[in-house]
Amino acid sequence: MPRRLAALLMVLVLVLFALPWLAGRYPLYLAMRILILSVFSLGFNLLFGYTGLLSFGQAGFYAVGAYGCAKILLAVPNLFLGLLGGVLAAGIAALLLGILSVRHTRIYIKMLTLAFGMMIFSIALKWRDFTGGDDGLVGIPRAPLEIPGLVSLSLATMERYYYVVLVVALLAIGAMYRLVRSPLGLTLQAIRDSESRAEFAGVPVQRYRLVSFTIAGLYAGVAGALLAPLEATITPPEAHWSTSAEPVLATLLGGAHIFGGPIVGAFLFFMIKDVIVRFTQYWLIWLGAIVVALVLGFRGGVASILFGRLLARRAARVR
Amino acid sequence: MDTIAFQGLIGLSLAMYLWLISAGLTIIFGVLRIVNFAHGSLFMVGAYLAFTFYGQLGLPFWLAILLSLLGTGLLGLVMERGFLRRIYGIDEAYQLLLTFGFILILDDAVKIIWGGVFRIPPIPAFLDGAWPVFGRPFPVYNTFILGVGLAVAVGLWALFEKTWWGRTVRATASDREMANAIGVNVPRVFSGVFVFGSMLAALGGALGIPVRVVAPGIGATMIIQAFIITVIGGLGNLKGAFVSSLIVGILSAYGTLFFPVFELFFIFVIMAVVLLVRPQGLFAR
Repeated sequence: MPRRLAALLMVLVLVLFALPWLAGRYPLYLAMRILILSVFSLGFNLLFGYTGLLSFGQAGFYAVGAYGCAKILLAVPNLFLGLLGGVLAAGIAALLLGILSVRHTRIYIKMLTLAFGMMIFSIALKWRDFTGGDDGLVGIPRAPLEIPGLVSLSLATMERYYYVVLVVALLAIGAMYRLVRSPLGLTLQAIRDSESRAEFAGVPVQRYRLVSFTIAGLYAGVAGALLAPLEATITPPEAHWSTSAEPVLATLLGGAHIFGGPIVGAFLFFMIKDVIVRFTQYWLIWLGAIVVALVLGFRGGVASILFGRLLARRAARVR
Repeated sequence: MDTIAFQGLIGLSLAMYLWLISAGLTIIFGVLRIVNFAHGSLFMVGAYLAFTFYGQLGLPFWLAILLSLLGTGLLGLVMERGFLRRIYGIDEAYQLLLTFGFILILDDAVKIIWGGVFRIPPIPAFLDGAWPVFGRPFPVYNTFILGVGLAVAVGLWALFEKTWWGRTVRATASDREMANAIGVNVPRVFSGVFVFGSMLAALGGALGIPVRVVAPGIGATMIIQAFIITVIGGLGNLKGAFVSSLIVGILSAYGTLFFPVFELFFIFVIMAVVLLVRPQGLFAR
């Protein structure tokens, strides 16, 4: 990593840790939403940018994480169990549906993941006894984080929950950064660049794709599980395909071929929204216009424009 | 027994809306090889335009539908000429993102222009009423929808099999380079097909206004229905789209009657199973 970029990131992380002293409740809430979307989008981009598979059902795993965490918190008030349970449930769902999905590529995997995501949506919408139907699950507590014999932390204040989100997100980002540079990550990129070459080199392509799919699902689950206690309410639209479009949007907005692209995109997504809703309630029309302009004008993503020079060498290597 | 047969008729008329929207999607995918996520939004625009011309301005029903088709066709022309044309060669993810951008724009545009308010206008007098079928009143309007759907099916068959334009389009669909080499103006065919597909979606939306509620955001629901049908029938397969519209329409009608809780889930299961077992669609040659 270039030294100037490393310094910039250090400052950024310090600012994030100091944020509760620097800003009020709303910026804190916004920061949490950005961190959550960042994790969600990074997982998506492992699949899309690094493995070359476009999933259009990631909201399904996001919702499994959110509903799983919420169900546990409503029964046992312990955030550690809630997060763990939600993430595991999402990972298992991604593993099972991934086995079926990764045999297909191109348009078929898009349609298949769309169908799987919408299946989860219809369960959330219709299985009223378990998921609360279209009312969703309400009154999800920000329960204390308890690991027996290790940690017992009350999360009554928003600031404390912010640190949970921040630490989990930073760990997830760090793990992903290591992962894409590991032999596993490089193999995934080889599959993306040429499936047949990877196969001739002896790579079990489908197994690697399944690993990538499962990790992407786990990341969606982490994001969903963090969202549930923040919003206190989880409703079926979290599983709808239009929610699946959010990580796609954030990733392409920021840049799919740069590691930090999805994070920059998540930041921009909420900033665009926040700025526009100050002027008009019709913010989606502007977001749509920005998306259209982006696709037609600069497909490298915003990150490559902002940090073009800083990242030039790095991007060349990753691509 | 009568209930079952009657519900089947209801399903058939539902199938016709599904057919109209998925026919446009299928033709556009078959020729342009673009998955247009905003196709459902064109259905919505068609409905709102017809609502303005018929429900608010009081124009005759047929004229309102015609104007709605022209208006939506014009919108389709702008979308294809101004935007989609520039991204045919590139990664599908960007096509998806671009058409998703259209959904966001059109949803909000409808809210701005129509305020999101939609009141179901009365059924035109000559299509109002009901006749007894299986001892129950079956709306004349549903019969009309059935007639239009069948007429469109026959019309599309004739268009693609019997006319010069239809053959040109089929040639472009099967090999655009070769079509180009023998003198077909491919960009113009693309525009024509996109406009035509948009108008089919608008027709579905416009015909539904006296009986179905339309709201901003319905595009996202309709496009999923259309995807289910085009996947089951086979992507780009028009006959398959017609048959699978009938299947999905009738299954939905029975599903809502007998298994209201699992109907939606079950339809997506069918979609996934078809993709896993026969990705080319149930009705591929």
